[in-house]
Amino acid sequence: MALERDKLVAQHAMLNLDETQLLDVYRKMVTIRRFEEKAAEMYTRGKITGFCHLYAGEEAVAVGAIQALYDKDYVLSTYREHGHCIAKGAEPRVVMAELFGKATGISHGRGGSMHLFDPILRFMGGYAIVGGGLPLAVGLGLSVAYKEEQEIVACFFGDGALPQGAFHESLNLAALWNLPVIFICENNFYGMGTLVANAVSQEHLYKFAEPYKIPGVRVDGMDVLEVYGAVMEAAARAREGDGPSLIEAVTYRFRGHSMSDPVEYRSKREERIWLERDPIKNLRKKLLTERNVAEPRLKEIEADVEAVIDDAVRFADESPEPSIEDVSKHVYAD
Amino acid sequence: MAEISYREALNQALREEMDRDERVFIMGEEVGYFGGAFKVTDGLLAVYGEKRVRDTPISELTIVGAGVGAAMGGLRPIVELMTVNFGLLAMDQIVNHAAKIRYMFGGKAKVPLVIRTPQGAGHQLGAQHSQSLEAYFLHCPGVRVAIPATPADAKGLLKSALRQEDPVIFLEHESLYSVKGEVPDGEHLVPFGKANLVREGKDVTIVSYSKCLYDAIHAAEALENDGIDAEVIDLRMLNPLDIGMVIESVKKTGKAIVVYEGWKTGGAGAEIAAQIYESAFDHLDAPVERIASLDQPIPYNKHLEKAALPSPGEIVRVAERMM
Repeated sequence: MALERDKLVAQHAMLNLDETQLLDVYRKMVTIRRFEEKAAEMYTRGKITGFCHLYAGEEAVAVGAIQALYDKDYVLSTYREHGHCIAKGAEPRVVMAELFGKATGISHGRGGSMHLFDPILRFMGGYAIVGGGLPLAVGLGLSVAYKEEQEIVACFFGDGALPQGAFHESLNLAALWNLPVIFICENNFYGMGTLVANAVSQEHLYKFAEPYKIPGVRVDGMDVLEVYGAVMEAAARAREGDGPSLIEAVTYRFRGHSMSDPVEYRSKREERIWLERDPIKNLRKKLLTERNVAEPRLKEIEADVEAVIDDAVRFADESPEPSIEDVSKHVYAD
Repeated sequence: MAEISYREALNQALREEMDRDERVFIMGEEVGYFGGAFKVTDGLLAVYGEKRVRDTPISELTIVGAGVGAAMGGLRPIVELMTVNFGLLAMDQIVNHAAKIRYMFGGKAKVPLVIRTPQGAGHQLGAQHSQSLEAYFLHCPGVRVAIPATPADAKGLLKSALRQEDPVIFLEHESLYSVKGEVPDGEHLVPFGKANLVREGKDVTIVSYSKCLYDAIHAAEALENDGIDAEVIDLRMLNPLDIGMVIESVKKTGKAIVVYEGWKTGGAGAEIAAQIYESAFDHLDAPVERIASLDQPIPYNKHLEKAALPSPGEIVRVAERMM
């Protein structure tokens, strides 16, 4: 039911977005994909260390959702947040520099892959405790309501966060206080290597909206327009003062949980099925067939992105390390 | 200057700060209609309304997390945790979030949040309602820890806390709410990181904070009858820690006793003793002594509870032995 309804919403979204917007969506998705592919390469070459969780395959969720927001709206994410940060407007070069741990990085080399942040873009952080961002989103929603401002808050988290107390407490409090927060669950079927069915009692995650009396929908997270349409609806409600929503975007990560995951818990056949549903190929095909976009225009975008990512790596590589004398700077205000 | 209770001093600070700054609001379990489990927020709802005095569900983790988020969104939240024992449910948001956000985001974020919570034993409330957990917060860089003993400091430190740019854990003591003392009217700010020399003496330094400060003062009075002149220092804060005043005192007296209600092992006293050894070893005439709670859950029975907690008598015995 929900899926059929959302197909209609997606068609509507396709009609609503003009060609420039659609091409911008395409550019962002390709940027994230190429960024992640390059990050994997740089990780293998030892340029990036620590944990590195890639978003390849899930681009439609971040890009579709953030396309439905205004610049002033807040976004929070998890440790798999390169995509959300870039979709919210971060330049790939400062994100790559952060992954390289450089002084020019978006968090000045203090955060790394899991802790990107930019208050000007209202990208309010990647958090590496599962479910940790949800209470913060409630608080940001409260700050907006308190100041009687119009911003809304979009909070991304994985299916792994559903069994956390923070998820249930946050939905309850946001519903109780009618806060402008959109909870976006990226259901990629695995919390690390644990199948969602082995971790969550509810088969359809969006149904957790029901006990908290807020709207909940499930969308095809491999279809950027479907995600966009659902978030547009939720955003309109939040802006109208009608409170929070829960969106379950069904998606798939094309790579492991992190760079150190050999992905032995899922079958090659399953992976092939999902690779065929690649959200970028999906949108590309739609643009060519349904919107009659000329292929050279897409190729031009792809070539541009290639150059942006190459520049990002060059910038990150050439940037200075943070100064050792500053190791304890920013622990406290002073 | 009026003589008011620790509870009234806190209430006064809250009112003054809420009058001064529209961004200041308080949320927590029972802070509104109930007036606070310990009546610290009594009467605030009627004056400031539900927007600024917010009753919350029993969701400590998310109340604190929402405070962190609201602070990031430009407000000045005060979160009241009904007691520190329940605050343990919020440790993820305190330790992993509030304390880390400024640093791990390269100084681009700030969390000006005040978490007020009472702690302590002495009311036969059993093991789960009688803890003093300041050491947990002292152990975590990124959060400031205020722990006032007097009504004047309760007011002055809370007002200062609400003007900080960093998260502050503000630890009150359940047994102090009715204690009265002189409190300056109006704008009274106690600076962060400054200990208070409560009593001058030359023979031994007694370092304390929170409720144990009163034990230290009583002990010092008793010691005076024995001809022992004790100096008493109220730390007032554990982070920043004014170890400078302690060191100066120890250089004069050559002896130090640290008195605190937390567990002895790994408690704040261990840190203070270590810092005394690091900076004043050559001035010590005796090992630094720690007087604290026994390393065990606090019992219910009145006599057992008393036996598990530090007392003025114990301070006197230890001080006499050191002479």
